[in-house]
Amino acid sequence: MRVGLFVTCVVDLMRPSIGLAAVKLLERADCEVIFPENQTCCGQPAYNAGDRLTAQQLARKVISEFADVDYVVIPSGSCGGMIKTHYEELLSDLPEYRVKAQWLAARTYELTDFLVNVVDMDSFDTTFQGAIAYHDSCAGLRELNIKEQPRKLLSHLAHVDLKEMAGAEQCCGFGGTFSVKYGDISSRIVDLKCDDLEATEVDALVLGDLGCMLNIEGKLRRRGNHKTKVLHIAEVLTGLVGEETE
Amino acid sequence: MELTSHQFKSVSSAKLKDVKLQKALYKAKDGFVVPRAKVVAELDNFEEIRQAAADVRDHGLAHLDVYLEEWEKQAQAAGTIVHWAESYEELNALVVKIAQDNQVKKIIKSKSMVGEETGLNRYVEGHGIEVKETDLGEYIIQQADEHPSHIIAPATHKSKDDVADLFAEKHQRPRLDDAEKLTHEAREILRPHFLDADMGITGANFMIAETGSTVILTNEGNGRMTTTMPRVHVAISSIEKCIPTLDDFALMMRLLPRSATGQVISNYVSMTTGPKRAKDNDGPGEFHVIILDVGRTRVLGSDLRDALRCIRCGACMNHCPVYQNVGGHAYGWVYPGPIGSVLTPAYNGIENAIDLPNAATLCNQCGVVCPVKIPLPDLMRKLREKQYERNLKSSAEKWSLRLWAYLALRPKLYSIVTRIMARVGKLLGGDSRRINHLLFGGKDWTRHRDLPAPRGRTFRDIYLNRNKTTNR
Repeated sequence: MRVGLFVTCVVDLMRPSIGLAAVKLLERADCEVIFPENQTCCGQPAYNAGDRLTAQQLARKVISEFADVDYVVIPSGSCGGMIKTHYEELLSDLPEYRVKAQWLAARTYELTDFLVNVVDMDSFDTTFQGAIAYHDSCAGLRELNIKEQPRKLLSHLAHVDLKEMAGAEQCCGFGGTFSVKYGDISSRIVDLKCDDLEATEVDALVLGDLGCMLNIEGKLRRRGNHKTKVLHIAEVLTGLVGEETE
Repeated sequence: MELTSHQFKSVSSAKLKDVKLQKALYKAKDGFVVPRAKVVAELDNFEEIRQAAADVRDHGLAHLDVYLEEWEKQAQAAGTIVHWAESYEELNALVVKIAQDNQVKKIIKSKSMVGEETGLNRYVEGHGIEVKETDLGEYIIQQADEHPSHIIAPATHKSKDDVADLFAEKHQRPRLDDAEKLTHEAREILRPHFLDADMGITGANFMIAETGSTVILTNEGNGRMTTTMPRVHVAISSIEKCIPTLDDFALMMRLLPRSATGQVISNYVSMTTGPKRAKDNDGPGEFHVIILDVGRTRVLGSDLRDALRCIRCGACMNHCPVYQNVGGHAYGWVYPGPIGSVLTPAYNGIENAIDLPNAATLCNQCGVVCPVKIPLPDLMRKLREKQYERNLKSSAEKWSLRLWAYLALRPKLYSIVTRIMARVGKLLGGDSRRINHLLFGGKDWTRHRDLPAPRGRTFRDIYLNRNKTTNR
C-alpha cells in the first residue's frame, strides 16, 4: 500500500530523526513510502492566526500533493488534526476542494493511530530502554482521540517502563504563536508541566507532537535539567534518537 | 462594568507574580476539576446528554422570538410584570424606578452576572438606595469593592486570610481564622438585612417559556430568602436564557450543577412563577422580570451564535490552562476564561478586546468539558479571522506570517531557506545543542526557554539524498 508521509515543517527543519524513524516504521510495516518533495506546511499557523486565505492555499497544496496515495501518515497530532478535523471547514466555501478535503481527511492518520489501527504493528526493532512518561498533546488527544494508541505501542517494548504522570492531558502551553505572544503565561504553564514530569522521575518524556517537544525540552534545559530526554514516540519505537542521522 | 480587556497582557503578567492569588487559584482548580470529573464519570451517557442539551439550546435560540413571547404570555398570566431593556442604562433605570415606586430603601441581592454587566449596584446606590449582596462570595467582593473573578465563585481569587482581614476591618470585630466561623459572622451580619429589606433582586439561570417561570440555583439559601422575604422581587436576566419547556429544564439540571461545582444537584433550585397568590403564605406582593438584550440579538445573527448556548457553569474557565494561571480579573470584563474570550469581544466590539481570543492555546479543554458543546476554540479562531479581516493584527505578526507563507507556497525556495536555517541553527546551538539567545521574534521564545537546536540538515535533504544513494 502506498503511504504518503507528511513529515511536517517542524520535523523537517528541527528534528529530521523523527521523519527517518517514521519512514523506518512504515517500511517495517511493508508500506511503500511516498514523500512528495514539494511539501511544506499544512497551513495551521495561518489558520490559527485568522489568515484564512493563506491557510486555504496551503490546504489546497497539501490536497494536490497527496492525491494518489492510499493513506497519509503524519508524525504529529496537531498537523493531523488540522487536516482531519479542520480542512473541510476551511475549504467549505470552495465546493470542489471541500469534497477533496473530506477524501483526504478519511485517509489521513496520525502515526501511532496508523500503526495500531491500520497495520496493527506489535513488534519493534529498537535499542531504547528506560522509564518514560507520556504527554498527551492537545490536538492528538482532543481532536483525534489519540490516547491508547501510543500506550499500546509502547507496551510492546520489553525494556520500557511507562509511568503515567500527573496532568498528562494538560496543555503544555505551546499554542503556536501563543508561546511568544503571551510568553509569560506560556512559560508558567510549561513550568507546571515540567514540575509534573520531574515528580514522575523518568528518563524520558515521550510525546507525539513537535510543538510540545520544543516547548517542554526548551523549558527543562532552561531550568537546568539536562538529564530528562524529550523524545518523539517514533524515535523511541525505532531507537533513532537524533545522533545517528548526522 | 468598565471594560479593561485591552490591559490583558500587562495585568496577566502581574497576576502570574501575585503569590497569594496563585495559591488561591491552585486551590480552586482542584476544588472544581476533581469533583466535576467524579460526578460526570457516574453518568454512563454524559456525551448523549451534552448533545441533547446542545440541541435544545440550539432549537430555543433558533426560535427565540416565539419562546420569549410565550414566556412573556405565561409570566403575565401568573401576575409577573415584564420589562424589556435594550441598554444597560435602561435596565438600571427600570430597577430604580421600581424601587422608587415602592418606596424601597434597602435592597438585598442574590448573584446576577447581568447585574455585573450593567453596573447595577453602583447605579442604584447612586440613587440613595442601599444594596446588600447576600451570596457569600458576592458579599466578600462587595465589601472589598472588587469585581467577581469567576462567574459562579466570585471571590475565588481570595484566600481565607484575605477574607479574615477584610471582615475584621469591615465588621469591626476580632479577626477570625476559621472558614466556618467567618461564614457564621457574615450570616449574622446579613440576617437583619434579609428581615428589613424592601426589595430583592436576583438573576435568573433560565426562563422557562412553558410556565413563564424564572429559575435560580444557589447553595446558600440566600437566593430563596431574596425571592420570598421582601415586598418586591425583581429578577434580571437576558434574552438567551429562555428555554422552551420544563422537560428541557430538567435536562439542563442534569448538566449544570455537575459541570459547575461537581454537585448532582444544587442545594436550592428556586423556581418563581408570578408574585404571592392569595392562598400563599409568603412571597413578594410584586414580581418584576427585566430582560436584557445588549449584544445578544447581534450575536444571534452572527457566526458566533453557538456562544449563546452558554448556561454559565464555569467549567470552561475551571479547565482552562490560561485562566488557571492568571485568574478572572485579567480578562477585564464580566465573563472570564474561554467563554469570556468570546462574549467580551462579541458584546463589546472586537477591537476592544483584541488579546482575549488570541490569549489561548486552543487546547480545546474548554470545548470538551462544555456541557452544551460550545466549540470555544473554533469561535476564538473566528474572532481571530475577523481581527485579520479588519486589519487589527500587529504588523510584526502580520509580516512574519506573510514571509513564512510566501516561502511555504514556493517549495524550491523553501527547501533552500530551511537548509540554511538548519545549518545556521546547528552552529548557534553549538555543543550544548541549545539556542538560548534568539533575536527579533525568537527573543520572546528564548526569554523563557531554550530552543533545542536543529540538527544541521533538513529531513528533506537527508531522505532525498539517501534515496538517490540507494537508487545508484
